[in-house]
This record gives sequence, C-alpha cells and structure tokens, in this order.
Amino acid sequence: MAKDKKPAAIGLQFDTDWQYAPSPESRDHIQLKEQYELFIGGQWVKPESGKYFDTINPATEEKIARIAEASKADVDKAVRAARNAYDKYWKNMSPKDRGKYIFRIARMLQEKAREFAVIETMDGGKPIRESRDVDVPLAANHFFYYAGWADKLEYAFPNRRPEPLGVAGQIIPWNFPLLMAAWKLAPALATGNCVVLKPAETTSLTALKLAELIQEADLPPGVVNIITGFGATGAELVNHPDVDKIAFTGSTDVGKIIQRAIAGTHKKVTLELGGKAANIIFEDAPLDQAVEGIVNGIYFNQGHVCCAGSRLFVQEGVYDTVVRKLKDRMETLIVGDPLDKNTDVGAINSASQLKTIQEYIRIGQVEGAEMFQNACALPKKGYWCRPTLFLGASQSHRIVQEEIFGPVLAVQTFRTVDEVIEKANNTNYGLSAGVWTDKGSKIFQVSSKLRAGVIWGNTYNKFDPASPFGGYKESGFGREGGLHGLGAYLRF
Amino acid sequence: MSASKMISTFNPRHVVTIDQVGVEERVAKFKTRSIKKESKVAALKLALNMIDLTTLEGKDTEGKVRQLCFKAMHPHDALPGIPTVAAICVYPSMVRVAKKALEGSKIQVASVSTAFPSGQAPLQVKLDDTRFAVDEGADEIDMVISRGEFLKGNYNFVFDEIAAIKEACGKAHLKVILETGELCTLDNVRIASEIAMHAGGDFIKTSTGKVQPAATMEVTLVMLEAIRDFYYATGKMIGMKPAGGIRESKQALHYLVMLRETLGQAWMSNEWFRFGASVLANDILMQLVKEQTGIYQSHDYFSID
Repeated sequence: MAKDKKPAAIGLQFDTDWQYAPSPESRDHIQLKEQYELFIGGQWVKPESGKYFDTINPATEEKIARIAEASKADVDKAVRAARNAYDKYWKNMSPKDRGKYIFRIARMLQEKAREFAVIETMDGGKPIRESRDVDVPLAANHFFYYAGWADKLEYAFPNRRPEPLGVAGQIIPWNFPLLMAAWKLAPALATGNCVVLKPAETTSLTALKLAELIQEADLPPGVVNIITGFGATGAELVNHPDVDKIAFTGSTDVGKIIQRAIAGTHKKVTLELGGKAANIIFEDAPLDQAVEGIVNGIYFNQGHVCCAGSRLFVQEGVYDTVVRKLKDRMETLIVGDPLDKNTDVGAINSASQLKTIQEYIRIGQVEGAEMFQNACALPKKGYWCRPTLFLGASQSHRIVQEEIFGPVLAVQTFRTVDEVIEKANNTNYGLSAGVWTDKGSKIFQVSSKLRAGVIWGNTYNKFDPASPFGGYKESGFGREGGLHGLGAYLRF
Repeated sequence: MSASKMISTFNPRHVVTIDQVGVEERVAKFKTRSIKKESKVAALKLALNMIDLTTLEGKDTEGKVRQLCFKAMHPHDALPGIPTVAAICVYPSMVRVAKKALEGSKIQVASVSTAFPSGQAPLQVKLDDTRFAVDEGADEIDMVISRGEFLKGNYNFVFDEIAAIKEACGKAHLKVILETGELCTLDNVRIASEIAMHAGGDFIKTSTGKVQPAATMEVTLVMLEAIRDFYYATGKMIGMKPAGGIRESKQALHYLVMLRETLGQAWMSNEWFRFGASVLANDILMQLVKEQTGIYQSHDYFSID
C-alpha cells in the first residue's frame, strides 16, 4: 500500500511525485517564410524604406522571421489601394456576395486553426491551450457572426439607410493579435468598408498569415491591406487624410495621441484602451468558483488583457479563506513552454513589457503591499514572470491605480456594498468588472452602479461576437462586437 | 453512547455555495491536461492500485467472490510489475468468503451496509447490518445516508445516523455514500459532504452505483473541495471515493489530474483515494499492455471475473 506523506504543517503540497510529462504541440505542420513583405492591393510588396525588423519568440528569444517596416510612402500606397478597391469593387458589390467572402475567411480560418494557434503561441508567448481554445475559435466566430450581418444591415438598423464609411485604418495590439484583427476586420468588411490594418510590431505573424488566407480566399485586391511596423507606421496611418475611420485598440497614452491627431478632421474613431477592472467577491459567493474566476481574470494570457480583473475586492468575512484558496490554486499553475499543452501561463510578450511588469512589482513592494508569488521553476531563456499577488494593497497604491498589463493582482478588502462600489469606481478606467455572489439580485444591484462597459456575474473573461465590448472614461469609447460593432463602421 | 447524545458540529449556514457552471468549466479544464508516456503509465498503475473491485449483485455467489479476490491479487500476471487493487467491495454476506480468499494479501475487504443501496430501514437494522459485517471481518464499511431525511432538511437525523454507524464500525474505516444522483444540486452535495465529515466519516463516497447518474467529475470536485476545507479547518484528512460510471482509463486519469490539482501529494494514494469500479480494472490493464507492447489486445486477453 502506498506510503502516507502527510505534510508536517497544515498545508497542501502540489509538487507531487506524479508529474505531467512534457507534451509539446508539434510545429511540423506550420508554414512560415523567413521574410514577410507588406500586403498591399492583394500583392506582397517590398517596403519603400527597404527596412525590416525581426520578430522573435518571447519564450526562447529566437528569431522567427523578418518583417517589413512600412514607411509613410507605404502607408500612402496601402490607403490608395484600399480607396481604389472601395470605389472599384467593394462599394458596389451586393451585400450577399460580401457576406460570402467573409464566410469563406471564417471557414478557412477554422480549417487552418491548428497552424494559426501554433504561430500565435510562438510569436506572442501565450499558452497553446489559450490560442487553440480561445483566440483562434473566437476569431473565426467573429467572421462568421459578421458575415451573417452583411446582407441584413437594413434589419439591424431599421429605417436608417446604413452606408459604409469608406477606408478604415485599424491599429491593433499584441495581446490578442489574431483575435483583434478579426474584431476589426469582420465588422468593417461586413458593412462594406475597405481596410488598412497594422498589427503590433512584436506580433505581426498571424495577421500576415491572415493576409495569405485572404489572398487565398480571393478577396478583391486592396479590400484588405496589412502593413507592418512600429508606432511611427501607425501614426502615418492615423494622419493620412484619405482615411475615414480609425479603430484603435491599445494603450490609453496612444489613444490620447490619436484623439488629438484627428481632432478637427472628418475621421470617425473608436478607441478601446486600458483597464483596471475590479473583481468583487461577496461573502455568499461560490468561493471555489470565484477563485477560478480570479485566476482566469488576472493570469489568463499572462495578464496581458485590457479587461483583466487586476483589482480584487474581497468581503472581510471570507478574506482569509479566499486568499488561502487563491494561493493554493496559484501553486497549481504551470508556467513555462507556451507550446506545451499543459502550460497555464506562458511567456511575457516582450523584454520591454517584462521590464515594465518587474518595475511595478518593485513598486508594489516599496509601497508596502505583501507580495506572494507561486514557487514554480522558470525556464532560463525567454521572458517570464511568476503569477503574483499583492495583499494589503490600498486605493492610493500605484499598483492599484495603474494598468500593469501583467500577471499581477492587487488585493483589498471591503465591508459594505456601498464601500466596494465607491472603491471599484474610483479609477480613471472603466472597461470591465466582475461580481461574485450567490444572490442574483445583488449582481444586478451592484452592476447597475459600476461604471464599466462589461460586467461579468459569477464568471470572468467571457467573450462572444454578439456581445458589445468597450469602456467608460479612459478605457475609451465606441463598442466592438454585436450590433454596436456594426454601427461603428456605418453612417446613416 | 447513543446517537442522540452526539452533538452536531455541523452548521449549514456556514457551508460555502456552489456555482454549477463554474464547476463544469473547471472540470473541462482538468480534462484538457495532456497525460503521455511515463506520466501515463505511472497514473494508470496508481489508478489500478486505487480500485475497490466491486461486485454488488443479488446473484453474487461465493465462487464469484473468490474469483474476484484472486483477480484483485493478480490483476494480470502476464504483465510484470503491476500493483494489486486496493480492496474488494461486497455485501455483508460475502465478507467472510472474501476475507478468507484474500488471506495473506494487503487487500482490504470493504462491505456495504445500512440497508444498501436505499438505506430505507430503521437505525437498529442498520446498526446490526454494520456490526455483522464488522464481525465477519470487514476492514471498511460503506454506508448510505438517508437521502429522504436529508432532502427534507432533517440534517441532524443524517448526522446522528452517521455518528451511530461510525461507533458501530469500531476499528473499521467508515465510507459515507452520499448517493449524489439523488441529491439534485451541487449545493446539496456540499452540505451532505460536510455532514458526513463532521459526523465521523473517514471517507466520503459519491454513489452506490445503483442510481444514475453515479460518480461525475463535477460532483467529485465539489466533494474534494469540501475535503480540502475540512482539512484546513480541522487538520483532519478525509478520503474520497467516486464510485460508479468510471469505466475507462481516460476517465480515471482525469480524476487523478483533478485530485492532484485540488488536494495534492498527500491524497495521491489508495489510503486517501479510491475508485469504486469493476470494469475499469481491465481497461487499465489493456492500456498498460498497450503502453508496453504498442498493441491493443482484445477483451479476450483479459480475465473477466
């Protein structure tokens, strides 16, 4: 009979004799080029600048490919290609046919799901479990959802004569590269717009693979243009006079720059910016499931989530229990090779983001919050950060006020409902929030008073193409997803 | 000490609530763990060693019980280096036969009791049933709770009954079967788990195997979490036995993943975790042979007892 290994003190031991063997997802089936050009007018075009930059795997620090850097001239070329395609093909195409193209993209994305998932994980560092089960299927769903709307716009907006805007410039972040591309492209195309899309410089690859797919799907040339580069490239796109609409997802700082740049122009804009979401646990909450929600809220995608539940509020009576459960759960998180099917927390997206996170961890300690990190071993190469918890944080701490965009959770307690609402709203952001209680009425009571665009009840980080997403205050304006997402690309 | 003198240490108002959707999501995550190669072999052996090989039929014969006992000691002699199962689980009338057949082995004899499977009998009958099984040599008693009284909200009745049976068990270990298939909600499963642990159960067990659904991962997770909280509150470890419906190795691996990530190292042995199953053993053997030879053999290569 097996031996009894009762731990000496009260406490559970998750570093067990029985370990999961490494289970890496195969990379044999993916096709990557050594060098990627710009996708303009349906062609792969060398950049006018002649400049390229490397994209690396943040888990190994190895170079994956060389990516073209688009200059002002390239941006201009792309916008002209989009305008040309808009006038020549897309504007006059029957909505039903536009829908067919989008359906085709959705189906092809499903067929190539495995390849996209592996590349997304290699380029961005997120666990394959997430890219396989969340990013890629959700991206395909967005195309399916909006494809269905393409020929039904009059029903979406009865008696309002919806018309496309023209050319949309879209700039997306590095945390959900493919999914954000889908969020941007699908509604723009369904409403009859043509697009110039710029992915983030650290994660261009899945957008470029999507360009290959779009080429294969035989979309009319120039309807979708994908140009790569840094912030300067994005700025050229924002400032281009022939762009009718800017859709941006990213940091609040850049959002403000964009807002200033387009002031006084005809350009419409939607901004989906940062967040510092409150995740609120009441005493009567289903605590074990709430702990899952906390973990999912802050450690999903290494905390690189604008709607991450980065401020945890726990009602006094269950504080000790919740913290105990949370610490135990953190010890079971597997941090490491993102391509391993058992990995829960992958690599930090870039060296500079890791530096930012580490700086905040230092600040949290200096501010006097009590730090806890799980005890897992980290790989030697690559950019890694242990799931981190700060207990005894307060509203005036920087780790509570500022978006860290990493796996760092600041924990506070509260006593009354009014108190937690006041504290939850006491932030310059307002993208999302979570409420956990066994009482349905309390969910509605609290969420009606929280100033946040998305509020989850007894769950967290749930996304659906039919559900609008967007923020209050410095989290931006405009909504993506659902009917709201269509409206952002139409004039009436 | 009579049952009525036991003081209930259980307070339903202090029981944590359960969100079924959240439980289902957590379970789905356990199922995505990829268990391969040496990790799989180790888990299969561990699972085999955790089985309570069970026969609970009205038509059970002494011969069948003896055969099952031999199987328990020699699951598949063609394959060297595999463990025995943990225990044999039978009706009280077969305990003596099993005890004798297992002489010299470390395999335990578990007996169901308390008017298994319905539990629809007076306390005195249940006590006699239990004492008989213990006197016959049972090392472990698998009792059923009075689901009717539980669903009425008569928690004290359920508590007192378990406490009385525990007393009647003497040195035998007590497993308390909640029959979760009749408890309707996961909140009820949690409450029943708390009652069983506070009243003195050494193990909590999901099902008799006579009611559908029997063990599910959702129910088992709620019970494992109850065990975890009880351990933190009292320092006392309680064992867990999902029973019924676990027929395939893959399911057993999922349960072990769940056990590992919920309770950790201390519970990863048959002293603290059991599978109540019969056909599971042969499926594990088939997988173990496959891991060694690369070939799935047909059912005819594995003894059916």
